[in-house]
Amino acid sequence: MKTLYTLIVHSENIAGLLNQVTAVFTRRQINIESLNVSASSIKGIHKYTITAWCTEDEIKKVVKQIERKVDVLQANYFTDAEIYQHEIALYKLATPGFQANPVASKIIRRHAARVVEVNPTFCIVEKNGMSEEITSLYEELQQFGIVLQFVRSGRVAISTSCFERLNEYLAFREEKYNKEKKDEKYD
Amino acid sequence: MNQQITGAEALMRSLEHQGVTTLFGYPGGSIMPTFDALYHHKDTLNHILVRHEQGATHAAQGFARVSGEVGVCLVTSGPGATNTLTGIADAMIDSTPIVVISGQTPTSMLGTDAFQEVDLVSVTQPITKWSYQIRSAKDVALAVARAFFLAKNGRPGPVVLDFTKNAQTEMVDYEPMTVDFVRSYDTNPDPKEGALEAAAALINQAERPLVLVGQGVELGDAQTELKSLVEKADLPCGCTLLGLSALPTEHPLNMGMLGMHGNLAPNVKTNECDVLIAVGMRFDDRVTGNTATYAKQAKVIHLDIDPSEFNKNIAVDVPVLGNCKRTLKALTELVNEAKHTTWIESFAEYDKVEQARVIEPEIHPTSGPLNMGEVVRAVSEATNNEAILVTDVGQNQMMAARYFNYSKNRSIVTSGGLGTMGFGMPAAIGATFGRPDRTVCVFMGDGGFQMNIQELGTIMEQQAPVKMILMNNNYLGNVRQWQAMFFGRRYSFTPMMNPDYMQIASAYNIPARRVAEREELQDAIREMLATDGPFILEACVIEEGNVMPMTPPGGTVDKMMLEC
Ligand SMILES: Cc1ncc(C[n+]2csc(CCOP(=O)(O)OP(=O)(O)O)c2C)c(N)n1
Ligand SMILES: [Mg+2]
Repeated sequence: MKTLYTLIVHSENIAGLLNQVTAVFTRRQINIESLNVSASSIKGIHKYTITAWCTEDEIKKVVKQIERKVDVLQANYFTDAEIYQHEIALYKLATPGFQANPVASKIIRRHAARVVEVNPTFCIVEKNGMSEEITSLYEELQQFGIVLQFVRSGRVAISTSCFERLNEYLAFREEKYNKEKKDEKYD
Repeated sequence: MNQQITGAEALMRSLEHQGVTTLFGYPGGSIMPTFDALYHHKDTLNHILVRHEQGATHAAQGFARVSGEVGVCLVTSGPGATNTLTGIADAMIDSTPIVVISGQTPTSMLGTDAFQEVDLVSVTQPITKWSYQIRSAKDVALAVARAFFLAKNGRPGPVVLDFTKNAQTEMVDYEPMTVDFVRSYDTNPDPKEGALEAAAALINQAERPLVLVGQGVELGDAQTELKSLVEKADLPCGCTLLGLSALPTEHPLNMGMLGMHGNLAPNVKTNECDVLIAVGMRFDDRVTGNTATYAKQAKVIHLDIDPSEFNKNIAVDVPVLGNCKRTLKALTELVNEAKHTTWIESFAEYDKVEQARVIEPEIHPTSGPLNMGEVVRAVSEATNNEAILVTDVGQNQMMAARYFNYSKNRSIVTSGGLGTMGFGMPAAIGATFGRPDRTVCVFMGDGGFQMNIQELGTIMEQQAPVKMILMNNNYLGNVRQWQAMFFGRRYSFTPMMNPDYMQIASAYNIPARRVAEREELQDAIREMLATDGPFILEACVIEEGNVMPMTPPGGTVDKMMLEC
């Protein structure tokens, strides 16, 4: 069964790694739904958040093949239940149409979105939230035929488990290296 | 303060620091400063000038495979670099440690479609373990140290260093560097807790165990550890194409070769065993045939250093992560001494069938033209089964692998995963440099011989003692066999007009002999082995011979065809 998985990858900040990560999906004929790359909270480490529809068997293989890249520190996959995730979206609305439909601004308020720019031609609405909320705001506004443009970011996600896998991984690697060094000395 | 040196000179010193003694290469514009630096290191760095950059990569592979060291190539940018791609891809899929250093356009001109600019790093990313552009001379020492560390540690593989011209000429303070840790890549991973115990428990309960021996055993230098395990627990083994010399052919527990053209017994028994123990092999489709019918009855234990191999093609019950030198040793301590006499004897029945219907007619024919198998076996025996076997690709490869006998480690060099025609001759050149103390015999077809035929020039110049056996059937035989079997004998572009190979040999001043008569075979082989330096033995073999037995593509391993 296909599920929407969120993949979180941490890597060294090395040029060209994005290609290598996405190529794993291409080779396995899996489409990427969304992709977000940014610096992580740890200096020098990049974080990729990728979503894709696939089976669990496929995502497991993808994760292992991504992790196999020498500059990738860690890759993990999650279902929606295992992460807190958010997206941001911008909606560009035609001002005359917007003003002609008072319900439209009610909808915006109800969705906890906010208007960030207004001029006689268009206004811009910003919303962050879960993917479905962003889609539903779009669909509701679209009823009035006033949406000129609609863009959404990829998903950013954070795992909801209590331990931090990356920190543990880095500590483990360090410890193992030191131990091997010591063993060598006593050999 | 140290005297400053150029980036090119820093490369030379870094290579020396890594213990490099041999390089295979070909010069050109954007690598000229490096070749200029090399000129002053001729005493320590033996550069072998090949005749095509693809040859350099295969030579480096041959060197690496027989010596266990990293093979090194030095080429120019653009076409020089793209000519290395086949060898890099081959090294990736067969886990061969090579480092390819190519020239590159100066940093200031990158991205401008400059003369001979190719974005080599991007092009090679999917076919390397690591691919990196050196943009300044101060990067050289670290890049080289990291390249060698990554190429040879963990699961070995190819690394590309794209060396911009300005980085070659810039001045730098040089300090030798060593890399022994990359935090994102564990080269010596540990098995999961309990994995070894679980594997041992399965082996101890097994009544019909079977071990699949892969190249990982040779890469991990674990031949002795493998032997200890299989002898203690009395485990019969089948070897993959690349794992053939990890256990001597004559070892009583070696039941032969796995795969499409392997031996009958280990293939049939794969679907009868109760515990399958795969060591350093990757369940390639040429080994498994149809995975839906492969070893379904068995519990599968998989020892590998690369976790992405677990459950990739075949579901694994007990994955044992780690270098098999360690895991085999640990497993040996945990398993009980055992005897599986009846099970092991049951292999003989299938051996007998294969011997009578396939092997005997192939190696001891009494009439008709020479067979490939008989030529291979005769060469193997004439070397006391101690030579290094290098092969090209095609029927010659399968026949060589099947009928050569192996008594020493690291004795087979062949293109397994990629199946690269043209691999044989340059790989054999590399092998003579990697193990100058051993005899190197390379078997090639008439197609593959011509695919890197220019390397005869390298052989001539170096007097590399390559014993070349050209098995000439006047066909692209392997493809012709498939056409005969699966395409209604429509020989679409597989018959091939051949040149006079004796004249080619004499143009290169390489001693040669053509043999077509059975009575002359032994003497021709004797002459080849008695001749110092290179030799070409052209064996005129049966034109429409077939490699048997065979599991047709997508077929089931226990339903091999014995004749067609
Ligand atoms: C570079 C490359 N091109 C094409 C093939 C496909 N191929 C596999 S075997 C073969 C025929 C080889 O003919 P030859 O070298 O004469 O060897 P034979 O099978 O006759 O022993 C071909 C064309 C290949 N493996 N590699
Ligand atoms: Mg041929």
